[in-house]
Amino acid sequence: VIVSRRWLEALLGRPLDAAQAAELLTMRCCPVDGVVPRHRDLGEVRVGRVLEVRRHPNADRLSLCLVDAGSDAPVEVVCGASNVTAGKVYPYAPVGATLPGGLTLERRKIRGTVSNGMLCSAKELGLGADQDGILELSTDAAPGTPLLDAVPLADDQILLEVYANRPDLLGHKGVARELAAALGGAVKLPDVGTGKGGHGGTFHLPTFQRSPAGEGVVDGVAVRLEDPEGAPRYMIAVLRGVRVGPSPAWLAARLEAIGQRPINNVVDATNYVLFELSQPLHAFDLAKLRGPAVVVRRGRPGEKIVTLDGVERTLTGDMTAICDAERPTIVAGVMGSAESEVTAATTAVVLECACFQPTRIRRTRRSLGLASESSYRYERGIDVLGMPDAMRRTIELIVAVAGGEVREPPLDLWPEPAQPRSVFLRPARVAHLLGVPVPRDEIERLLASVGFVAAPRGADDRLGVQVPGWRPDVVREVDLIEEVARLRGYDTFPDELRPYRPTTVADAPREVTAARLREHLVRAGLFEARTLPLGPEDGPDALPLVNPLSAEERHLRRRLLPGLVRRSEHNWSARTRDIRLFEVGNVFRRGTDAPEEYLAVAAVLSGSRHPPHWSDGGAVPDMDIWDLKHHFEATLALAWPGARVRPAKAGGWEAVGAGGDPVGWAGPLEADRPVWAAPLLGFETRVADGPRPAPRYRPLPTTPPVERDVALVVPEAVAAAEVERVLTDALGPLLERLAVFDQYRGPAVPAGTRSLAWHLTFRAPDRTLREKEVDERLMTALTSLRPLGVRQRES
Amino acid sequence: MRDLLASLDGLRERLREIPQADERRLQDLRTELLGRRAGALTEILKQLPTLDADARRSVGGAANALKRDVEEALDARDRELKRGAGATTGLDLSLPGRARWHGGLHPVTQVVDEICGIFHELGFTRAVGPEIESERNNFDALNFPKDHPALDAQDSFYVGRELLLRTHTSPVQIRTLEAYPPPIRVVIPGQVYRRDPFDASHAPVFEQIEGLVVDEGISFVDLKATLSRFARRFFTPETAVRFHPSFFPFTEPSADMSVQCQICRGSGCATCKQTGWIEILGSGMVHPAVLENCGVDSERYTGFAFGMGPARIAILRHGVPDIRLFYDSDMRFLAQLADGGAGGVP
Repeated sequence: VIVSRRWLEALLGRPLDAAQAAELLTMRCCPVDGVVPRHRDLGEVRVGRVLEVRRHPNADRLSLCLVDAGSDAPVEVVCGASNVTAGKVYPYAPVGATLPGGLTLERRKIRGTVSNGMLCSAKELGLGADQDGILELSTDAAPGTPLLDAVPLADDQILLEVYANRPDLLGHKGVARELAAALGGAVKLPDVGTGKGGHGGTFHLPTFQRSPAGEGVVDGVAVRLEDPEGAPRYMIAVLRGVRVGPSPAWLAARLEAIGQRPINNVVDATNYVLFELSQPLHAFDLAKLRGPAVVVRRGRPGEKIVTLDGVERTLTGDMTAICDAERPTIVAGVMGSAESEVTAATTAVVLECACFQPTRIRRTRRSLGLASESSYRYERGIDVLGMPDAMRRTIELIVAVAGGEVREPPLDLWPEPAQPRSVFLRPARVAHLLGVPVPRDEIERLLASVGFVAAPRGADDRLGVQVPGWRPDVVREVDLIEEVARLRGYDTFPDELRPYRPTTVADAPREVTAARLREHLVRAGLFEARTLPLGPEDGPDALPLVNPLSAEERHLRRRLLPGLVRRSEHNWSARTRDIRLFEVGNVFRRGTDAPEEYLAVAAVLSGSRHPPHWSDGGAVPDMDIWDLKHHFEATLALAWPGARVRPAKAGGWEAVGAGGDPVGWAGPLEADRPVWAAPLLGFETRVADGPRPAPRYRPLPTTPPVERDVALVVPEAVAAAEVERVLTDALGPLLERLAVFDQYRGPAVPAGTRSLAWHLTFRAPDRTLREKEVDERLMTALTSLRPLGVRQRES
Repeated sequence: MRDLLASLDGLRERLREIPQADERRLQDLRTELLGRRAGALTEILKQLPTLDADARRSVGGAANALKRDVEEALDARDRELKRGAGATTGLDLSLPGRARWHGGLHPVTQVVDEICGIFHELGFTRAVGPEIESERNNFDALNFPKDHPALDAQDSFYVGRELLLRTHTSPVQIRTLEAYPPPIRVVIPGQVYRRDPFDASHAPVFEQIEGLVVDEGISFVDLKATLSRFARRFFTPETAVRFHPSFFPFTEPSADMSVQCQICRGSGCATCKQTGWIEILGSGMVHPAVLENCGVDSERYTGFAFGMGPARIAILRHGVPDIRLFYDSDMRFLAQLADGGAGGVP
């Protein structure tokens, strides 16, 4: 929301420093996004008095003016405007000044005569369209005075970020109220004739016609409130004899200062009150009203209205419509129809001041995709108790700027009048929640400074507080405590650390495991990636979004690997060849009854096994599936303790948990790979819940080992793991460890076989093994391999 | 005899090999020269008794002198190698060393870990919750009114009836309050989702850290003290901190915390929009309605909660111009920002 410093000054009756006001508002109400000075680019323009006007010797249309610009001697300026008159005062831009369009004035000859600067038009100063030549100023300021000091152009826009709970700050009066509470003084509404001064809020319009029946007639217009749920309070005034035309300068300037375009005096008057009191008002043309009647009812499904922006809208039964005797003329609280708009031809105006139900307006705005200053305020809640003042103020303003009169008191339909809300506050609770005691007098003073009214003290310690109508957010004690805290200033509270009791919540095991996985993979030389969990459907049980943002991102990921493959392709596109990425994150499945969510870890590998070193002679081997298998197994040990890795039917390896269910996979990946890139390998596994058991101690051996190497000829069809299983069974507990250290294929072994060599370590925990004993056992074990077609290789 | 003296001269030549030998070669040389069975010098010494007296004297003298020299050289080289210095003799030590691949945590994870670590010192443990949440936990129990403008900033992705991707980590407040009795002191890191298009300053998915403290007697002073302490630990002990009013449906009073801009030190710059302050987190006293919704006695217990965006902090800390860089997973970017001085080499 934009507020104008000058407007605030008019309400406060005192000058303000915009930066200081911004700071006060930030520290007491709501953040300020910035302060934007207006017309700062006119800083070099001065007030100039034309002393004498002569005909230019060489041009009929030009005149030669002698201008007093405050310096010792008058300067000669060539001027092309016909309205230049001796004795009058105009904006004067001296040589060297830069104008808003970016033009820097130089001393130059015009038709043979030197011009020392320029007398400016409104357009040249960025102050609107050219009317008749140069801009005539009405000021008593001495020649040479900076223009910005002489005329009320300079202003600052203060950009407020108003939270949804503070609709009162959407009007200048509410912001001024907060500043008055901080700076002292009172808020007075400026005079409607001039925008200056203040009359303290007394209105000449006396009364309203109250009608509990929900209908009535005002100056020949029949008004019926059929939807009191949608419009709890509804007021109509009729003004006749208005002359629609441009607004006076002060009113137009007020609106322009906050970035609003002036339209005409009647509409501008309603907008002025909207931005002053935060009460939306709507003026429409009585002549366009069939009946003439105003009916407030729910929309009828399929009913059409062309709104002010020229778009045809279709209403539904969930919306409130303001209708004449036949059809809708306003989408209640959002926008009026183009047809009923106030135009230059309008002489009689129907003026609506209403309270609409916030959620109704919110739904209407969302379903029509149509937001306005009015809907913004109605959604947040307006001051239903302040409506009569807003109505009076608007009528007064219209009469002042457009003429006309109100012949009958306005109608006020309010079937269920609301009373001001009262909330109790215990001073002890203030101290309890804020951590320091705040004296009762101070509490009362702080609350009163922004319009809360404390009831006289009763028997108990409680404070009865009446909440002003513009504060719909204050409904219970804690809301008043917040008022006390912010009005006192958050920085008045100490920040000393006080003793605390330990938490009952243990670190989440999931977080502990995720942290250990990350640490492990970083140590293994991988970088952590974060990929978007949204993407294309990556499997039949992918979980779709109900309301996706784009066609490409319609599903939640069911695996991490596809995202990492895309990231690898991104790295290749940057010509990075060595890729080592991992991610720890949640994956999702559609599930049978409800969506499912698991923690998973995945990694991709491609390129050199280690960084190049000169000793390698320029040839570093690329990572292959054996590097992958190791990373997979090492990660599984943390992610899913006890999982077994076995070759997968579809290629690569799969990991299975204790129950035989697959939990992970590793293997080569398909990717859009440039020719120079190395193959892409990857793995992914789910992460088991629950704590990891601590490793158990086993006594360290004290006896010496016996080591043997054995080379076996193994048929291609027999897996190394199978050979190991048979050997392990046959060798019994004396076998401490076995490890493949070589594989050979070639002419030295029969076709269809290969040679595999194992290094075996034997040990007895309680005695020194004899070599003979080991050799005998080994011979026996080798015979048990015969059924597999495995025999010892002869050297 | 002349043959033997010539052999000794030949053997003496081999003394030169000793200072260059590595450990293995040294062992071989010792065996070759002095080996008990077939050492070259041993062989010569074995022949001494077969020589005449003169020859025995001259050959014996030379052989024993050589033996002494060889032993000394071997021992010297052995000591050198054991000191570890010998391996560098004769090498071009200006050549680069042999590296291993190193990895690194994502810059956002680094910030999360650092923040959670500081709160750990202040007695907080880590809690987590699912990313798919109920409307009830994400909004209703947190005191969001239905159909209220407060929901505008929380445009959400739905995945089912009243099921959505959480828009903040605050639903874990509800889960924690329902599962554990006070005293509660937890921080809750996690990914959250907003239905925002992906651009330089918005991501549809981003990391958040929530905090919750509930116990008897917790006040606004505790909020200020804990969060100021955090800010001064995370930034510098001199960092100025200030609190100002804010609004969240689930806290009352609500307060945003700003810290002095770390770039201009408060004098005003583009990063802090000339204000000298950077907003770091939102916080507030837990709204009594939230406690009541979770079955906690709001008269007896009070608390405070806070939330912040580690990605935003990482952006400020590293001067990253576009949030999308955090999701590109470019190896060069990750290596630049890796903890522990990877120095930009992936």
